Amino acid sequence: MGIKWDEFFVTGDPLIFASQIGIALTLVGALAGITYFKKWNYLWSEWFTTVDHKKIGIMYILLGVVMFLRGGIDGLMMKGQTAVPENDFLNAQHYNEVFTTHGVIMILFVAMPLLIGLMNFVIPLQIGARDVAFPQLNALSFWLTVSGAALFNISFIIGGSPDAGWTSYFPLAGKEFSPGIGNNFYAVALQIAGAGTLMTGINFVVTVLKMRTKGMTLMKMPMFTWTSFITSIIIVASFPIFTVALALMTFDRTFGTHFFTISGGGMDMLWANLFWLWGHPEVYIVVLPAFGMLSDIISTFARKTLYGYKSMVISIVMISVLSMLVWVHHFFTMGNSAGVNSFFSITTMAIAIPTGVKVFNWLFTMRKGRIKFTTAMFWALAFVPNFVIGGVTGVMLAMAAADYQYHNTLFLVAHFHYVLIPGVVFPIFAGLYFWWPKMFGYMLNEKIGKWHFWLFVVGFNVTFMPMFFLGLDGAVRRAYTYSAETGFGPLMMISAVGSVILAAGFAALVYNIYWSARNADRNIGNDPWDARTLEWATATPVQHYNFASLPEVTKLDAFWHMKKNDQLQPLTEDEIEEIHLPSNTWIPIYMGVVFGISGFLLVFEWTIAAGIAALGILAGLAFRSFDYDEGFHVHKDEIFETESNWRKGANKGVKNHVS
Amino acid sequence: MKKSKLLLVSLTSIMAVLLLSGCENNMVVFNPQGPIARQILELINFSIALMLLVTVVVFGLFGFIVWKYRERKDNLDYEPPEEHGSTVLEIIWTVIPILIIVALTIPTVKTIYAIDEVPKGYEDKEPLVINVTSADWKWIFSYPEQGIETVNYVNIPEDRPIDFRLTSAGTMQSFWIPALAGQKYTMAKAETQLYLVADNPGSYVGKNTNFNGQGYAGMEFEVLSQTQKDFDQWIKDVKETAPKMTLEEYEKMLEPSHLGRKTFSNTHLEWVDHSDPHSKNYTNPEMYDRGHGWPGKIFEDKDNYKYKDGNNDNSNHENNEDMNHKESETEDSHGGDHSGH
Repeated sequence: MGIKWDEFFVTGDPLIFASQIGIALTLVGALAGITYFKKWNYLWSEWFTTVDHKKIGIMYILLGVVMFLRGGIDGLMMKGQTAVPENDFLNAQHYNEVFTTHGVIMILFVAMPLLIGLMNFVIPLQIGARDVAFPQLNALSFWLTVSGAALFNISFIIGGSPDAGWTSYFPLAGKEFSPGIGNNFYAVALQIAGAGTLMTGINFVVTVLKMRTKGMTLMKMPMFTWTSFITSIIIVASFPIFTVALALMTFDRTFGTHFFTISGGGMDMLWANLFWLWGHPEVYIVVLPAFGMLSDIISTFARKTLYGYKSMVISIVMISVLSMLVWVHHFFTMGNSAGVNSFFSITTMAIAIPTGVKVFNWLFTMRKGRIKFTTAMFWALAFVPNFVIGGVTGVMLAMAAADYQYHNTLFLVAHFHYVLIPGVVFPIFAGLYFWWPKMFGYMLNEKIGKWHFWLFVVGFNVTFMPMFFLGLDGAVRRAYTYSAETGFGPLMMISAVGSVILAAGFAALVYNIYWSARNADRNIGNDPWDARTLEWATATPVQHYNFASLPEVTKLDAFWHMKKNDQLQPLTEDEIEEIHLPSNTWIPIYMGVVFGISGFLLVFEWTIAAGIAALGILAGLAFRSFDYDEGFHVHKDEIFETESNWRKGANKGVKNHVS
Repeated sequence: MKKSKLLLVSLTSIMAVLLLSGCENNMVVFNPQGPIARQILELINFSIALMLLVTVVVFGLFGFIVWKYRERKDNLDYEPPEEHGSTVLEIIWTVIPILIIVALTIPTVKTIYAIDEVPKGYEDKEPLVINVTSADWKWIFSYPEQGIETVNYVNIPEDRPIDFRLTSAGTMQSFWIPALAGQKYTMAKAETQLYLVADNPGSYVGKNTNFNGQGYAGMEFEVLSQTQKDFDQWIKDVKETAPKMTLEEYEKMLEPSHLGRKTFSNTHLEWVDHSDPHSKNYTNPEMYDRGHGWPGKIFEDKDNYKYKDGNNDNSNHENNEDMNHKESETEDSHGGDHSGH
């Protein structure tokens, strides 16, 4: 294999050298800490081998928050580099690696895990189920995501990071122009994580279709469940495209085929098409569940049913259909005929129609309401004006002829940050503040939450608003530097200052989590927000079997009506039955590890070793097929005790913890 | 609570003002110097006006609703009504966006078709063809009619349609002169086309907007629009004084590098047309090695750049196993004919 160990680690860059030391120390520290406090057993049996959707959800969220830190530091480095003209904080190569990993990490290892984490935690509870349809597959999805994320993240200290942009356009991303292994990390790590996501999509389609509690018809599902369901369908439709594209990319890079290269008759445009056939729906995969969260949160804090529920459902279905029909708008300037560009202009602009319907429905949900300004609601409210800016600039970009002037400029960068941050990150924050009590049994601090909110929202606008003007003045994206004569300097500096405020906002969130974990009130009951959907009908934090007896639904906002009509009967002993649950299993984490090892070897083009390691994957599959563990039963006594404990507390005066 | 609400309202209004102020300024897209860029700007202005209208309406409605229906001390016992929607209202806010989209679609489609052609009023003037070849990380402009070639700058006559034929020798780039026209990609073994006209003499910035590796940020060129007289004089000067480029020099030029301005009294089109699907490859992987990290395996294609020495046309086709084998050979012999002239 010709291993050159002196080139194994990335050397020669002081920033990277410092992080190598930092990572090594953190790793040693963490391992030593766990050993010292004798937590290995606890971690293994309670978390690593769990198949409980709630714990898997929480682990996804943890992964997302940690990756947010990494992606955020990348963003700050970029802003630091471009703050002044001709800066030499980062060189071109380093900058290229940073923006590539920033893009990939933020989309695939921040937005996706956070959303899938919240979906995992909330959906089974919202539909009144005890788990997802395939609990062990769910754990496998998670560990494959972790495996992909880990593989992608080590690239900057081992071997070198990908540097062809998160879109990795060919021929640049091919061996002809990127001979290093950085882009192998892209191909392999995303393949592994993508497999996990595809399984999640399948899992949630089946869960929502098959696991709904009695009486919950499709049109009585909470909006978050609806949007997650549609999202899962888009995942199933679009991720296989990415799987194929990445596989072809791996063949091109590792085995010398010519699918996308220019030298052997390959088609570089084929990559662009396949990438965006997945990449565009991907945008809706992250934005739709976020829309669902907003719907639930806005209706909760406005104390009203979601306005226009039916048209909301029709809108998301429309959006999902259109999402697969607009991919060409990412390359209007690639020399398509006027007819092709016109068609994709129209389909793209058409997305504004269902989206507009949703915005007005949200506004009218609040009309005649009594809006309670919790931190979660703050995030949901901030979504509207900020997302509208992202939306209208999106329509401007959709006009192909006008796009000839915006394409690949900072105008475009500003636009998609105005869509993705208010449209995905704000709702995720809203969702975290909203569902945090359900996950952990205490609320995040509202006051620190407001600091988090204002710093983040102001910082966000100061960072990205100037980019619209920079783009219209001819500033292109992904350029690591620019000359003073361009006149971009002042606005770039404002933008950089904004990013620091933004980062301070994120720091406030981290501090809030720390502060609340130590100091927050634990006696908050099961329904601190006076909420409307079924997840609040269980204990806080949720007991591992979710529901002692599965609730019966007659209306939309089921829990709200149960509360109003006094149908929250205390459970009697004879209503309780034994509950069957699946056992923990080590197979998913084992699979994550072997996928990771095999992937790592493949990245380094040690194909024989990778093939041998891949036998471990087959071994895992074989073992699973002979695994006859039927799970276990939760006994009546235990259920009765748990249920009477929390139900007693629920009736005490614990409501209204928010000023 | 009230204070934060006020802040939110003021913040959103500041953003609206910022957006509005975007219309009067000296940003390059808002100062078109030719009919194509002007047509695009008209479309942009129209869309900004419509989009501002949408923004103002939504922001206004948002501010009003959030303010009016906020929770106050005196409405704590107010229980909101149970509303499920209104078919009429929902139809209204479905139809209005449809109308807006239609209003945007019509001029968009018109402009898309219009800028694909020689701009109106210039149909009678014969376009000047300039072949643009992008390479890492420089721009090569060939004037096939005049038989000259420039690197990193292009001179054009004012008031005459220019017909740019775009291609790339390697990676994918995007050719953009914001003051004169929108952008188009340049791709190896393919040709895209871009028309533009410059109103007046003047110097404009052109650049690459599509990321293509380490030298990307420096891929700028100057577009100098001249009077026809000055342009003719320049052509004459170049033909008389500029050196001839050799094939070897040209191939050296295609290596990844930054170059200053260069001028030649011949064009590379006599040896290679990169837009031809069967043209030779000029990739050179080891020159892109970035000096840190694991190097990765490089596939040694027979027709790669590094085998240029001692390699003739025959080995060029070893990798072209498809049925075009014969066709490409004849095309290459055409190329030979040209150089013979």
